[in-house]
Amino acid sequence: MLSRAAGVTTRLIPHMAPPLASWIALDKSKDEPTAMIEFRSVTKKFPDGTVAVDDFSLTMPSHETTVLVGSSGCGKTTILRMINRMVDATAGQVLIDGEDVANRDKVQLRRSIGYVLQAAGLLPHRHVVDNVATVPILNGTPKAQAREDALELLDKVGLDRSLAHRYPRQLSGGQQQRVGVARALASDPNILLMDEPFGAVDPIVRADLQAELGRLQSELGKTIVFVTHDIEEAFALADTVVIFRKGGKIAQKGTPAEILANPADEFVETFIGADKARRRLRLEQAAEGGTIVVDGDGRVAGVLDDDARSTRGDAVS
Amino acid sequence: MNFLLDALAYIFDPANWAANATSPAPLGDRILEHLEYTAIAAGAATLIALPLGFYIGHTGKGRQAVIGVTGAMRALPALGVLYFVTMVAGYQLPFLVAATVGSLIALTLLAIPSVLAGAYSGLESVDRQTIDAARANGMTEMQILLRVEIPLSLPLIIGGIRAAVLQVVATATIASFAGLGGLGRVIASGIGLNDFTVLLAGALLVTALALLLDAVFALIQKVTAVRLEADDTPVAEEASAAAGAAASGRGSE
Ligand SMILES: Nc1ncnc2c1ncn2[C@@H]1O[C@H](COP(=O)(O)OP(=O)(O)OP(=O)(O)O)[C@@H](O)[C@H]1O
Ligand SMILES: [Mg+2]
Repeated sequence: MLSRAAGVTTRLIPHMAPPLASWIALDKSKDEPTAMIEFRSVTKKFPDGTVAVDDFSLTMPSHETTVLVGSSGCGKTTILRMINRMVDATAGQVLIDGEDVANRDKVQLRRSIGYVLQAAGLLPHRHVVDNVATVPILNGTPKAQAREDALELLDKVGLDRSLAHRYPRQLSGGQQQRVGVARALASDPNILLMDEPFGAVDPIVRADLQAELGRLQSELGKTIVFVTHDIEEAFALADTVVIFRKGGKIAQKGTPAEILANPADEFVETFIGADKARRRLRLEQAAEGGTIVVDGDGRVAGVLDDDARSTRGDAVS
Repeated sequence: MNFLLDALAYIFDPANWAANATSPAPLGDRILEHLEYTAIAAGAATLIALPLGFYIGHTGKGRQAVIGVTGAMRALPALGVLYFVTMVAGYQLPFLVAATVGSLIALTLLAIPSVLAGAYSGLESVDRQTIDAARANGMTEMQILLRVEIPLSLPLIIGGIRAAVLQVVATATIASFAGLGGLGRVIASGIGLNDFTVLLAGALLVTALALLLDAVFALIQKVTAVRLEADDTPVAEEASAAAGAAASGRGSE
């Protein structure tokens, strides 16, 4: 109602447009999209009869990272792709901020959501900088401006600008993933979908990329839905971890701490490796008087921080 | 060897290029006719087959049907098609026009399968992941086609047109038996006059024309492929990424 009235005013008194517009924008910020994603009894049956997702319900809070983990084929990718309508649900609803995505124009919806895949999926015939600038240019940003922004995004994801005019195939896998992340961020989306984005790089690079993503997220506060096979990666990145069992049912959902401390059942226990010796840590006194942390196999996992010892000494002993 | 020298002498004799030269000269006119037929038939085939090939390659629809039909079309004897179409056209049109129109229709029909195959197999060769990512980024189907699929399969698309052009150049030669002009006329009159020199000169000219056109298309293909081919610029593995990451303050973790 308010914006309609304002719209009329704007048309009648054109010179008032800028201040009015900014006033409306300010006003809107009160109920600015928070990018909460909600699945309501969603089912996906593929034409060949495969039921990939069956009566699935979950809320993914805004500005948080929700990580989906589970064995292969349990429907994680399908769930992710129903958010940007790369897959359409057969039953149920997927809502973003309360609006059913089925009512949104597919193309516009996808441009408003960042998507990073395992193989980066960069356009092989375009330079790195143009890959990053793809979505803004589709959205009508002038090319020069989009390229300039793309260079800044390269800085942001930790890529040297000298790589901007390479083709994707001239980058290492880890570098390509960074470009993929930069491209997904280019239109400043509220939602970021990441499907095993670091699955194809070696463990050291992966750790690097995870740390980088953590830093970016603390800065940007996007709603991130992240799919992985790697429970360590899930715990490293998640605000909420959702563990699937076979058949796409949720085995447990919670913060990493909740899940580690209270695995719901044996399946979760095995899945997170809680039964493994490396997860069972205890304190031991070292010969020199310091306190060390030792895992179930007796391997030294680290030392107890001095501060932690003095403040929480009672609790752990 | 004498035949060859005679033929070359015939080709390079300015008298055979002069405007008032006797049939089958002037050679320049025959070459231009030949090029004209090739351009019309290959052009028409491209106009018809490219959109169809793009549609099939992009959607995957109708692939089986088209493979069957084009396969059958390829197996058709060129001369048979020529005479058949020319005769059919002859019923509707005055004799002189019928030969030209009929031949051009036949040449177009014969050129379609190559262009079609190049277009749809080209599009099919594009990495599915790349297309999926483009779609997920919010490209419309038309943008995917124009900005991703066609640029990435351009060498194969042009390869199809190249094959079609060569086929038209060759088939247009025999089309002179159905009344078409072009370099086939030189060969035909060589046969008719029992003059091997003229016959061989015509054959040489056709061959040279085919090789020249082929070279032009090879060049275009190469130019379009250059961007898509692996490049040997050394990749400093993770070094620069790590350096960039360090510079952007990873110390905060
Ligand atoms: N287009 C499709 N047509 C038919 N079945 C499909 C299609 N896509 C996925 N499936 C099936 O749906 C199920 C879930 O697939 P999905 O890709 O969502 O699993 P995932 O959890 O992402 O597996 P992974 O961890 O291996 O990536 C699988 O059984 C898969 O074979
Ligand atoms: Mg998957």
